[in-house]
Amino acid sequence: MLAFIARRLLQSLFALFVMSLLVFVGVYAIGNPIDILINPQADQAEIAAVTAALGLDQPLWVQYWTFLQSALRGDLGKSFVANVPAIQLILNRMPATIELAAASMVIAVVLGIPLGLLAGLRPDSWVGRTIMAGSILGFSLPTFWVGLMLIMVFSVHLGWLPTTGRGPTVDVLGFPISILSWEGIRHVLLPSTNLALFKLSLLIRLTRAGTREALAQDYVRFARAKGLSMRRVVSVHVLKNIMIPIVTVVGLEFGSVIAFAIVTETIFAWPGMGKLLIDSINVLDRPVIVAYLLIIVLMFIVINLVVDVLYSVLDPRVRVAGARP
Amino acid sequence: MSAAAAGSPARTLAAGFALDRIALAGLFMLGLIIVAAVGAPLISPQNPYDLAQLDILDSKLPPGAVGVAGHVYWLGTDDQGRDMLSGIFYGLRVSLGVGAMSTIAALAIGMGIGLLAAYAGGWVDAVIMRIVDLQLSFPAILIALVLLAVLGQGVDKIIVALIAVQWAYYARTVRGNALVEKKKEYVDAARCMAFGYTRIVFRHILPNCLPPLIVVATVQVAHAIALEATLSFLGLGMPITSPSLGLLIANGFTHLLSGKYWISVFPGIALLVTIVSINLVGDRLRDIFNPRLQSHFAA
Repeated sequence: MLAFIARRLLQSLFALFVMSLLVFVGVYAIGNPIDILINPQADQAEIAAVTAALGLDQPLWVQYWTFLQSALRGDLGKSFVANVPAIQLILNRMPATIELAAASMVIAVVLGIPLGLLAGLRPDSWVGRTIMAGSILGFSLPTFWVGLMLIMVFSVHLGWLPTTGRGPTVDVLGFPISILSWEGIRHVLLPSTNLALFKLSLLIRLTRAGTREALAQDYVRFARAKGLSMRRVVSVHVLKNIMIPIVTVVGLEFGSVIAFAIVTETIFAWPGMGKLLIDSINVLDRPVIVAYLLIIVLMFIVINLVVDVLYSVLDPRVRVAGARP
Repeated sequence: MSAAAAGSPARTLAAGFALDRIALAGLFMLGLIIVAAVGAPLISPQNPYDLAQLDILDSKLPPGAVGVAGHVYWLGTDDQGRDMLSGIFYGLRVSLGVGAMSTIAALAIGMGIGLLAAYAGGWVDAVIMRIVDLQLSFPAILIALVLLAVLGQGVDKIIVALIAVQWAYYARTVRGNALVEKKKEYVDAARCMAFGYTRIVFRHILPNCLPPLIVVATVQVAHAIALEATLSFLGLGMPITSPSLGLLIANGFTHLLSGKYWISVFPGIALLVTIVSINLVGDRLRDIFNPRLQSHFAA
């Protein structure tokens, strides 16, 4: 077990190193930062002075080493636009994104598992077919277009919910949270539904497949033969057995929800870090782009690591397979 | 082996589609969409990017309105007085073109890398598969965004970004299948005949890996189209000179809040129908090529 965790930790560190190298080379070496940083009227001597001051005359590996050293100290440069440390800018926006992602995950789980169970129990009825057709639609609909349609129907035509922005926030343990007030919930409803749609479809399919597989197992037949009601068999025995893959997917997908929040945040003007990324790309604010990417890469690697380790705790077969060279 | 499966591949396909009305409808819609995209200059009521044909007086007309020149705008017009129907036909052209081109290029690259991994084995295989795993652990949209942030805008750049996010799927699919095929007797037989490596890989192993690749590629075209639309909507994809469906929708977004729904909704429906019909065809292809279900189609 310990060897497994150590191996995975080493792999994660290596992945982090490779990704930081890619991000560095991509963002700093392909474009020329001097063009953006310096006044176009500057003469040759001034350009040389600035280049030397920023260390851009050094060989690439020296630049990368300097970048890595300051990154490890938590210093990823200052935003060109806001003139504050880029990492601070991102961390300020992070609670809003996590709140949105968590709200949509809750929606996906609360609706997806019961609907998937229903579709799995009655695969050939019209209910089951409708749920499956809905999930295919959920996979096919482009997220950004659904967002537009939600705004059009619920905000413009019906006028029930606000079109954009985040509600008033309350500080909880130092983090600004908006879902504690009614106004905040009204604001988070549309964007989180939009973001949840894809994961909802995924969970429905996963739960349905798991349920159908579990129902054919001997333990279900035995429980029924023992005289247990179908309700109890499904809610206790079947549910318990399909939970492992569902927990894994929910964990793994949390990272992808945060990445997809880029689109939803842009449509609903949600002040999270995804919208910050798009704004920064539009004004070529490189330090912010780099800081965002490194934070998200770190987040992904940590999530993958935690899920892998948890999975190996839940399911010993994974450990055995992982130990093989 | 059933009678239909033993017949020509085309006949198997036709039989497979004939049995499923929904898949058939998807195939029919996809056919119509391709015709509309290819024939856009011939069937469009106007050339939406020829400024001489636009009249600013016709701007933001609702669907069915009659323009200054006397013809009907069935799907309304945008803020430039552009006929939405023509805009959608031209947009489909761009969207399908980008989707198909990037998929074909990614397929070729992924296939080459996957075959290399499977045939070389050892550390080459290990390194390639580590890279594939690493890339697939990040969502496609994030990788594409990063690349476009670095490369800048343009048709060529978005195609590069779409290739970069897709190749890994093909590499993994090809490698998996090639590893299975490599162990089969016909490969041993080919080796006994002293055929060269290239001949064995491309003439013997590759053709047997194609069916699952076709399925993955079909679904990936839909993904590529949706991804391109999303990126264009975010303002990072296609340039304004070659507007895809995503750009049309983004353009309509500003007018949506004032109730002028048609500028965004109709291109969105066109995008949706395209993606759904490709997915329906892909789903059916998956069933047809699935050997476990094959006897089902022979009946």
